[in-house]
Amino acid sequence: MTANDIIQLGLYLVVLLLLVKPLGSYMAAVFSDGRNRVARIGAPIERVLYRICGIAPDEEMSWTRYAWAMLIFNILGLLAVYALMRLQAWLPLNPQKMDNVPPDLAMNTAISFTTNTNWQAYSGESTLSYLTQMLGLGVQNFLSAATGIAVLIAVIRGFARRSSETIGNFWVDLTRSTLYILLPLSFVLALALVWQGVPQNFSAYKSVPLVEQTTTTGTVKDANSNTVKDAAGKDVTKTAPVTEQLLPLGPAASQIAIKQLGTNGGGYYGANSAYPYENPTPLSDFLEAISILLISAALCYTFGKMVGDKRQGWALLAAMLLIFVPLLLLCTWAEQAGNPALSRLGIDQSASVLQAGGNMEGKEARFGIVDSARWAAATTAASNGSVDAMHDSFTPLGGLVPMWLMQLGEVIFGGVGSGLYGMLAFAVVAVFIAGLMVGRTPEYLGKKIEAYEMKMASLVVLIPCALVVIGTAIVVSAPQGLALLTTNGGVHGFSEVLYNLSSVSNNNGSAFGGMNADTPFFNTLAGICMFFARFPLAVGMLAIAGSLAAKKHVPPSAGTLPTHTPLFVVLLAITVVIVGALTFLPALALGPIAEHLAMLGR
Amino acid sequence: MLKLIRQSIVMLVLMTLVTGAVYPLVVTGIAQLAFAHTANGSVMEKDGKPLGSELIGQSFTDPKYFWPRPSATSPFLDNPSSSGASNLGPTNPALIDAIRQRIEALHAADPGNTAPVPVDLVTASASGVDPDISPAAARYQIARVARVRGMSVDDVTRLVDRATAGRQFGILGEPRVNVLKLNLMLDRKW
Repeated sequence: MTANDIIQLGLYLVVLLLLVKPLGSYMAAVFSDGRNRVARIGAPIERVLYRICGIAPDEEMSWTRYAWAMLIFNILGLLAVYALMRLQAWLPLNPQKMDNVPPDLAMNTAISFTTNTNWQAYSGESTLSYLTQMLGLGVQNFLSAATGIAVLIAVIRGFARRSSETIGNFWVDLTRSTLYILLPLSFVLALALVWQGVPQNFSAYKSVPLVEQTTTTGTVKDANSNTVKDAAGKDVTKTAPVTEQLLPLGPAASQIAIKQLGTNGGGYYGANSAYPYENPTPLSDFLEAISILLISAALCYTFGKMVGDKRQGWALLAAMLLIFVPLLLLCTWAEQAGNPALSRLGIDQSASVLQAGGNMEGKEARFGIVDSARWAAATTAASNGSVDAMHDSFTPLGGLVPMWLMQLGEVIFGGVGSGLYGMLAFAVVAVFIAGLMVGRTPEYLGKKIEAYEMKMASLVVLIPCALVVIGTAIVVSAPQGLALLTTNGGVHGFSEVLYNLSSVSNNNGSAFGGMNADTPFFNTLAGICMFFARFPLAVGMLAIAGSLAAKKHVPPSAGTLPTHTPLFVVLLAITVVIVGALTFLPALALGPIAEHLAMLGR
Repeated sequence: MLKLIRQSIVMLVLMTLVTGAVYPLVVTGIAQLAFAHTANGSVMEKDGKPLGSELIGQSFTDPKYFWPRPSATSPFLDNPSSSGASNLGPTNPALIDAIRQRIEALHAADPGNTAPVPVDLVTASASGVDPDISPAAARYQIARVARVRGMSVDDVTRLVDRATAGRQFGILGEPRVNVLKLNLMLDRKW
C-alpha cells in the first residue's frame, strides 16, 4: 500500500465520522414525538399530504398494522414499476423509442427496486425510457429507502417505549424520511454532481463525430435472430464503418444522488458509477462514496439518542468499523499488489507518481486502485451495490472482501434503516449468547430478551444465509444455471454464482458482471431471493419491536451485561463474523480462496 | 385493510409526484441555469460544431494518435450507448491472451520501445469509455507519436502536460491525461 492509499482512506473515514453526529441528531429530531423545529417548518406540507391521503398522523399503529401498511404500500409500488416498464413504449418521455420490457425482466427489476436491492439485469441507456427511470426507478429509490428508515425507527421505538401497545405511524415515518432526510440531501448532492459533470437534462441522446473512424464488428443474424455460421461452423462477422458516437443523456444527476444516499445503487447507465457521466471526477467519487455510508452510519447516533443513551449508538458504530476497516485495507492491499500473471508479460504494475499501478483491469484511470477498493468495500458493507470498478475482474482476495461483506448480512452499515435493524438482530443474539455464558436472562437496553425475540432475531439472521446457500446450489446444479457462465469458468465461475446470489439475497445489487444474468431462469430466482431477503426480515423486526414495546423496563442490576463497553463491541463483532464465517467459509474456499492459490501457484 | 390500500394508493401517487416529477424538474431547472455545460454532457465545441465530450473516451488505433484504455464495448470500441467492461476474471486465459495481443500491437507500432508497459494501457477500463490514461501510459507513447508526426519530443511532451490533470485538490483520485483532448490538440482542432 502506498502513502497515497493511506491518506485517501483516512480522509474518507474522518469525513464520514465527522458527519455522523450532526446528521444523526438531526434525524433524531425529525422522528422525535415531541415538538421540534424541523417538523414545524414542514408541518403545512405534511398536513396537506395527510389530508389528501385521509391519514390521521396522531393515530398510533400496533406492530401488525404498521407491518401491513408497509407491505401494502411496497407491493403497490412494485406493481406500479412493473406496469411502467411493460407499457413504456406507449407512454411519453421516451425520446429513444425504447421497447416495452419483457415480463421476467420487468418483474425482476420491479422487485429489485422496491426491495432497495437495485440488482440490474439490463443496461439503462439501452433499455429504459426517461419516464421509467424517473417515475419508476427514481421514485422507488426514495420510497424503498424511506421504508427502511421507517421500519428502523419503529424498531427503535420498541426499545425506547415502555408498556406500549403501539410503535408509531408508518405514514408519518415514511413521509418524514422522504421530505426531511432523503429529499434535501439528494438535492444538494445532485447539484454538486452536475457541477462535477453529471448530465441533467431532458434532451435526446446527442450524436458527436469521432476523431478517428472506427468499425463495428458483429455477428450476422438471420430472420429468426439466430447467428449465421460459415462452412467451418464459425460465426460470420461483418464490419461497418462508424463515424459518430451517441452520448446518452437525460436526468441522471437527480437519480444518481438518491441512488447513493438511499443505498439503492442502481446505475442510470449500464456501467454504473464507473461510467464517466455518473461519476466524472475524483471529487464526485469521494462525495458519492461518502453518501453510500452516510445515512446508515448517522442512524447509529440517531438510535443512541432516541433510546436515551448515546453510548449505545457509538458502540454499534464501533462494532461496524471494527469489521469494516480491516476488510477495506485487505481489499486495497490485494488490488494494489496486482496480478502476478501480468508481471510475467513485462507489464509495470508498480505504483509511482505517474501511475496507480496494481490490478487495473475493469478499473478507471481517474480512480486508480484506492478509490476503486474504497468504493468496493463501502458499497457492499452498505447494501448499496453501485460500483465504480468491476468486481468480477478484482484479484481473488480483492473480490472476496465485497463478497464476504454482503454475506455478513448487510449489517456493517448496511442499507439505510435495514442495516441497523439487522445489526440490532445481531445485538439481540449477542446478548443472548452472553446470557447463556453467565447463566442469566439476557437484557438489551432494559428490555428482557425472551424466546419470542430470539426466534425472530434468528430468522432475521438466518433467512439471507439460507437464500444464498440454496440459491447457489440451485444455479450450479441446474443446466440453465451453468449456461449463465458465458465469460469465466472454473473456480471463478463458481465465485460469480456465489457473489451474485450473495448480492440478491442480501439486497445489495452489485454483481460479478461476467455472468449472463438476464435469462428467465435467473430473473425469477433472483426475484424470489430479493423479495424474501427484504420483507420477512422487516416484518420479523417489527414483531420484535411490538413485543419489546409492550414490556416493562428492567432497571440494570449487577448481573446486567453493559452494552456500551468495548467488551460488548468485540462480542457483537465476533457474533457477526462467526455467523458469516461458519456459513460461508466452505463456499469461499471453493471460490476466491482456491483461485487465489491458483493465481500465486501458476 | 381497505383503508390501508386506499391510503397506500394516494400516498404512492403523491410521493411519485414529489420525488419523481417535482424533484428532478427542479434539479434540472437549476442545473441548466447554473451548470449548462456539464448538465448537457460536457461537449467540447469549436465554431458551434461538437468535437466530442470531455468525459467520454473515443477509440484510437492510428500510431499518430495517443491510444486510450482498451475498451470492451460492442459492437464497436468506446461505444457510450452500450457501456461495460470485459468482466474477465484475474486467472482467465482469455484475459492474458487479450493483454498479450495489446502488448504486441503496441510493440508493432513502436518497435524500438522496450520499456515495461504501464498496466492501464493494456487492461480494459470499467466503463469502456474511460476518457483518461495514466501519465505513465502517455509518456510510454510520446516517442512514437512524435516520430510518426515528425514533431519534436519536447513539443509532444508539452501537449501531454497541458492535457494532464493532477490529483484533485492534490489529494483525491489519480493523476491522468485526457486522451481525446490531447489528440484534438495534436490535430490543432481544439
